[in-house]
This record gives sequence, C-alpha cells and structure tokens, in this order.
Amino acid sequence: MSPTPSAPLHLAVALDGTGWHPASWREPVSRPGDLFTAGYWADLVAEAERGLLDLVTVEDGLGPQSSHLLDPDERTDQVRGRLDAVLIAARVAPLTRHIGLVPTVVATHTEPFHISKAIATLDHVSSGRAGLRVQISARPNEAAHFGRRVVPRIDAYDSPAAQEVLTDLFDEAADHVEVVRRLWDSWEDDAEIRDVATGRFIDRDKLHYIDFQGRFFSVRGPSITPRPPQGQPIVSALAHRTVPYRLVARQADLGYVIPHDAGQARAIVAEVRAEQQAAGRAEEFLHLFGDLVVFLDDDPAEAAARRDRLDTLAGQPYISDARIFTGTPAQLADLLEDLRAGGLTGFRLRPAVLGHDLPAITRGLVPELQRRGVFRHAYEADTLRGLLGLPRPAHRYTTATA
Amino acid sequence: MSKPLKQIHLAAHFPGVNNTTVWSDPRAGSHIEFSSFVRFAQTAERAKFDFLFLAEGLRLREQGGSIYDLDVVGRPDTFTVLAALAAVTDRLGLTGTINSTFNEPYEVARQFASLDHLSGGRAAWNVVTSWDAFTGENFRRGGFLPQGERYSRAREFLATANELFDSWHGDEIIADRAAGAFLRDAEAGAFVHQGQHFDIHGRFNVPRSPQGRPVVFQAGDSDEGREFAAADADAIFSRYSGLEEGRAFYTDVKSRLARYGRRHDQLLILPAATFVLGDTDTEARELAHEVRRQQVSGATALKHLEFVWNRDLSAYDPDGPLPEIDPDVSEEHIARGRAQVRMYRDPLATARAWRELAAAHHWSIRDLVIETGNRQAFVGTPDTVARTIDDFVQSDASDGFILVPHITPGGLDEFADKVVPLLQERGVFRTEYEGTTLRDHLGLAHPDDARDERAAS
Repeated sequence: MSPTPSAPLHLAVALDGTGWHPASWREPVSRPGDLFTAGYWADLVAEAERGLLDLVTVEDGLGPQSSHLLDPDERTDQVRGRLDAVLIAARVAPLTRHIGLVPTVVATHTEPFHISKAIATLDHVSSGRAGLRVQISARPNEAAHFGRRVVPRIDAYDSPAAQEVLTDLFDEAADHVEVVRRLWDSWEDDAEIRDVATGRFIDRDKLHYIDFQGRFFSVRGPSITPRPPQGQPIVSALAHRTVPYRLVARQADLGYVIPHDAGQARAIVAEVRAEQQAAGRAEEFLHLFGDLVVFLDDDPAEAAARRDRLDTLAGQPYISDARIFTGTPAQLADLLEDLRAGGLTGFRLRPAVLGHDLPAITRGLVPELQRRGVFRHAYEADTLRGLLGLPRPAHRYTTATA
Repeated sequence: MSKPLKQIHLAAHFPGVNNTTVWSDPRAGSHIEFSSFVRFAQTAERAKFDFLFLAEGLRLREQGGSIYDLDVVGRPDTFTVLAALAAVTDRLGLTGTINSTFNEPYEVARQFASLDHLSGGRAAWNVVTSWDAFTGENFRRGGFLPQGERYSRAREFLATANELFDSWHGDEIIADRAAGAFLRDAEAGAFVHQGQHFDIHGRFNVPRSPQGRPVVFQAGDSDEGREFAAADADAIFSRYSGLEEGRAFYTDVKSRLARYGRRHDQLLILPAATFVLGDTDTEARELAHEVRRQQVSGATALKHLEFVWNRDLSAYDPDGPLPEIDPDVSEEHIARGRAQVRMYRDPLATARAWRELAAAHHWSIRDLVIETGNRQAFVGTPDTVARTIDDFVQSDASDGFILVPHITPGGLDEFADKVVPLLQERGVFRTEYEGTTLRDHLGLAHPDDARDERAAS
C-alpha cells in the first residue's frame, strides 16, 4: 500500500560502534573506551529519543567486524568487538519511554524459537516498542563459529552460484521470520484466564501449535512467551537488490533501501511494491526507508573537511553501499524531501560519527524538518506500531466463537 | 576456640512455571509484565540478596495429549529479562538457566559476556541439560541427543564457552587515538576448539567482561550432576531436604572437589527452599496448610497422581480414595515436558506405598498429594525462620538458600522486611553490599586471579 502524500516523514538512526566511518572512534567526541558499557548505549538512545525519532536499529554480527565484505581481517586500527544487539536493546528499554528498539538478528545461525521469545520479551519489557532487523550471514568464518554448516564462498556476487547461495540464505531468513511470526501469534491475547472455579490458568483452546514444516525448519510451538503487546513486533530488513527485496516484500513491515537519487528511489519502490503484490500482500502497509550515511555540520565545508580528515586517518576514502551525505541539516532536509518524492516513507540515517552526527540529527535536522511541517513535535503514540501508523494486527489463529 | 560464623548467601527465584506458585491468590500479579520483575528484583536488592534466579522451559508442558493448564503457563525470555533488570538494579546478581542442548556455545557465550558487560559484572549461568525429542520439536536440530550424552555435551559446552570467554584477556582494547590503535593485538578473541560435540574456530567478538566469566551454577542431584558441579561449577542448586540429608549432600559434594584440584570454598551449596511466615508458629503452620491447599486443588491432585499411575484419572474423585488399578508402566508417559515425572522410578511400588499411607491416615487423593508433595522448608515466625536458616548454614547443611516465594511478585516482601533484619542482627548476613560484582557477593575469586594463583603454585 502506498503512503498518502501528507503522511509525516519517519526517521530512524542506525547505531553501530562509534559511528559508521571506520575512523570515527578517533574523533575527540567519540567514546571508544565506553563501547562495552551500558551507559554508552543508554546515552545514545536517550539522545535519539530526545529527537523524537521513530526508532533506533542496533547493528550486530556473529563475528568481528571486518573491512572486507565476507572475510575477516587482521586490522587493529578499527573498532572490533561488539555486544549482543538484543541485550543492548533490552538494557536500554526500561530507561526510555517512546522510541522503538530494533536490534539486528542473524537468521542464518540462530533458532527462530529463541528469537521469537527474545523479541516478544523485548516487546513486554518496553511496553510495545520492539522490532527486529533480520539479516543473513554469508561469511564462511561466522559459519565456522557454529560448526553446524558450511556456507559456500561467494566470489562474484552476480555469478549464478552466488545467486543460488544468497537465494537460499534469504529463503531461509524468510522461513525464520515466518516461524517467529507464527510463534508470536501462537497465544491469543486473552489466553490467560485464571479461572479459579475450574482451576485453569489458561484456556488451552487459545494456544496454538504452529506446526511449521519447511526446507529449513520444523517447529511445533506454541511459544513459551505470551503474545507480545504489539501482537506482532516490527520486522525489518535491509535490502539492496531483488532477492532481499523479496524478503522485505514477503515478510517485513519495514524495509531499508539505498537509493542514491530520486529516480532510483522511485525504481526501487516500484520493484518492492511489485514483489509485494506478487507475495499477496499488496494491501498491507509496508514502510520503505531510505538509508543514508550522514556527516552533518552547520557549515558544509566543515562537514566535508571532517570527512576528509577521517578518510586520511583511515588511509582510504570511506565507501558505503548507501549514499554518503556531507552538508548542513537544511541541505539534508532538502535531500530527504527530494528522495521521499520517490515514494519512500522515511529514512534511516547512519551517523558517520555517532558522538557528533547523532546530536546533529536530533538538534539540527529534526527542528529543520519540524519547521517544514514534515516531522512530529511530540510522540503521538506509546508503541512502535503506533509511531509508524501501523494497526495492531489481528490474530491469525483466533478461534471462531459462535 | 569456636568456629567463626559463616555468612549466609541468599537468592530469590522469581515465582513462575512450577507447582509452588499460587496464581489463584488475590495478591498474585502478572508473571509476564516487566513491572512484576522490577518489583521482585528491587525487593531482593533492597534486602541485599546475592542474586535473582530465573528458570527456563522451552516447550509448554503437556499431559494426556493436551497443554497443561492448571499451573502458571508461559514465561518471558531469560536473557532479555535479565538485561532489562540490569537497568533497574545496581548490585543484584542476575542468574539465568540456559540449556546446553538447544543452543550453541558461540551464541550463548556472547549473550552471557554481553549480559556481564551490560550489568557491570552481575551475570550468572545455570547450566542445564536436556535431551528429549519433545522439547527438540521446537528447534531446527530436533531432539537428537541420546540421554547418555547430555552431560558430556554439557561439560564440553561449558568448556568451549570458557575458551571463548578466555580468548580475550582484558588488555587488548587500548583505543589509542593518536597512534590509531584500537586493538593491541590482531588476534584478540582467536580460538580453536575440536571435540566430540563441537568443532569450531575463529574469533570471539565480545571483549573480556567485568567478571571474566559469568558465575556458573549447576542444578541437579544425580551422581553425574554432582560430579559436573564439583568439576566446573561455582555453586550447585539442590533441593531442600532437611538438616541431616542436607549435611550428607554437602559433605558428599564438597568431598568431590579435591579430585579436581579445587578448594572447599570454591563451590557453594544453595538449596531451593520455600517459606511461610506468621505472627506465631501456630499461625504460620495454619497458613502453610492453607498455601498447600491452594497449591494442590482437587484437579491438580488428580493430575499429580497421573504422574505415577500414567493413566487418565479424571474420572476419580479427588476427595475419594486412591485408585485400585495399578499404574501403566509402558514407556510412553502421559505427562511430557516435566522433570518430576522421572522422580517415580518404580511406579508400582510408589502406588502400593501411597495406598497404604492413605489407608493408614484416612487420606483422600488430595490429602495424599498435599501430604507427600513439596513441603514448605521454613514455616514459623520470622524469628523461628531466621534461627532455622542460620542453624542450617552454621552446621554445614548448606551455604545459603534460593528462596522460592509462592506469590508473584510480592512474595519476597515479608521475608525481606522481617527475616533479613534478624539475620543481620545475628551477624550472619550483610547489611550492605561490599562489592559490585556477583563474584564479590559470593566470595568467589575472579577467574584471572584464580589463573594467577594456579600459575604461582
């Protein structure tokens, strides 16, 4: 379903280490020594909430970060190591009130049963602000950390062999999400009855075996965790091309895409909407956010100089899958409005330096967007679904009552 | 010279999926909403308890082919709740049961290391095993593990997790901006493990956590379980079973430590125990009886009897006599997903003994289940209970207790307000936390210090 033209713009921030530029940790404003403390993450999310953002995502991975796409490296000049994203989200949940918390989950090596109860519980501890960002891992070294399977090495992305590997990994992720979603629905909302007269704590007719049988999983259910407050927490995924677009179209409430201009945005939106139609979900609201790396300063020359300085420290120019924006909050607001005309419903910004660019978003960009009448002035809902304008979904197993 | 007073360790088990928890009491609140966990944890911390404990279940219990609906059903995810509780507590240890069968060491190790970082050194892991295909139906690998391999997998799982925890020493992150060196060592986190159950290698991606490794607990009373605890655990959970049995268990488990080169004080014995308090001992006994009636309804009594009889007994009157028919001793059991089922290894003998007991005392089915079921450990005035707990610990029947209140979430309040001050007056329980980590509370060495100690000896 397409958004209405007057719909407000949604804004997310992607949290990763000290920021998305690999030399970001060397900025004086960064706190690399605090990366493994709760206070560091609590401060970042509090800042994002001060800016009234819809949600934060928390990056994760089942191996050390690397400068190579699929292989580990031996570098010591960049941040290495990270904490579990679901636990970070849970740790900050009681300290925040409104902002959505969307940790990354790697579907390739995890059990959907565990993920389902973890995100359902994140929804319980945050009173309805949980989501997940599902990701695959095509890294052979991460597979070796589990020792249960071998992920074939991908040499050229566009080769038929690589496409087959990736298609399998994304199909598995789609099934993973399907199992997770069914488990969230495996308890009806009013299953707990506490009927003292009959001694029954639950109405077992309102609990459902999910009996998922697929290529990658067979899961019986029901969940051990009652249905989360949002019914279905938000499922999101980053998508660069057709195969992941299909995952977004089939299973997500929110997709992050990477348009570099308005024309590309329009083409990506059209492709995802077509996949959505093919998946039989044309009537469901699916958010598409544009991903951008941002260097924000009041003087555009300062932003460019900062990028150059960090590139020099890193020893090479920073490249990204997403468009890298360098400029002022007002220039970024112009760009967001331009890209949005291509059919996007919001943006996920990747701050180049979290300590600098996150406050620049919340204190510079947000007021600018508010002045233009495209961003909220106060949180209008207490749940992430509420913030994203998504209804609480009906229960797929609800028993017909006469 | 008299022996110095031992300091008591106290922990609190969040009431939940068990037949101790009374959900029908008007004071019983949610066992899912986070506010219940916050209230319970903050009471435990106000009382200066060592830690809070969460149990685990990975498949809803079934009986007679249907989901069991008479006890509390459902619980949240352990790691997620504990991480959230780290935000609303400062010192309380956060202990979670995590199964070694339906998880992988890399993932569990990074979750516990993350929890230890995010709580400032308060994480503990109760390692349990499972092997049944029933639970396995919820996991992609299924229920593949032969029963005999469960401890061998558990021990190797723990050893592998320890290798991952130890793959960072704690001094690798230098974050030297000027020099451009974040890591001192490109190999930080490197590990190789080849064993019977796991063949994994690579780099662990969570730096060393405040406690080095989480505290490790082991629950289980079998010979294998005791041996596992003696070799690898920092504490063992046992069942409360009276002073003499407690002392025998204590002596047995502590005596096993030497063969692993461990000292007497390197493994704590912490039985789980319930309590009922009253203004007089008589009133407490009456209350305790009332709690048992709440725990064991007529319907619950019949279901409990089915564990032994392994037959549908729903046609019987819980207020009537025990069934005359014998238990069904076939392999397939009527109840699934429940540890208690294995308690009755000889159902025919148990049934015979129970019939005799019921006849001698003129007990109905419900009376019998109430009288033979889980008994409350500590019943009496706060003074009686404080004295009994202290006697238990001072006479080496335990090092403390994991208290299991029967009301969620307020069931700990009375103990915190009335019994803890008496233990403090006796000089056997802390009035303030002395350290910040769970290892500090439990008097356990940091693993790095233990390593240095071994190296020096």
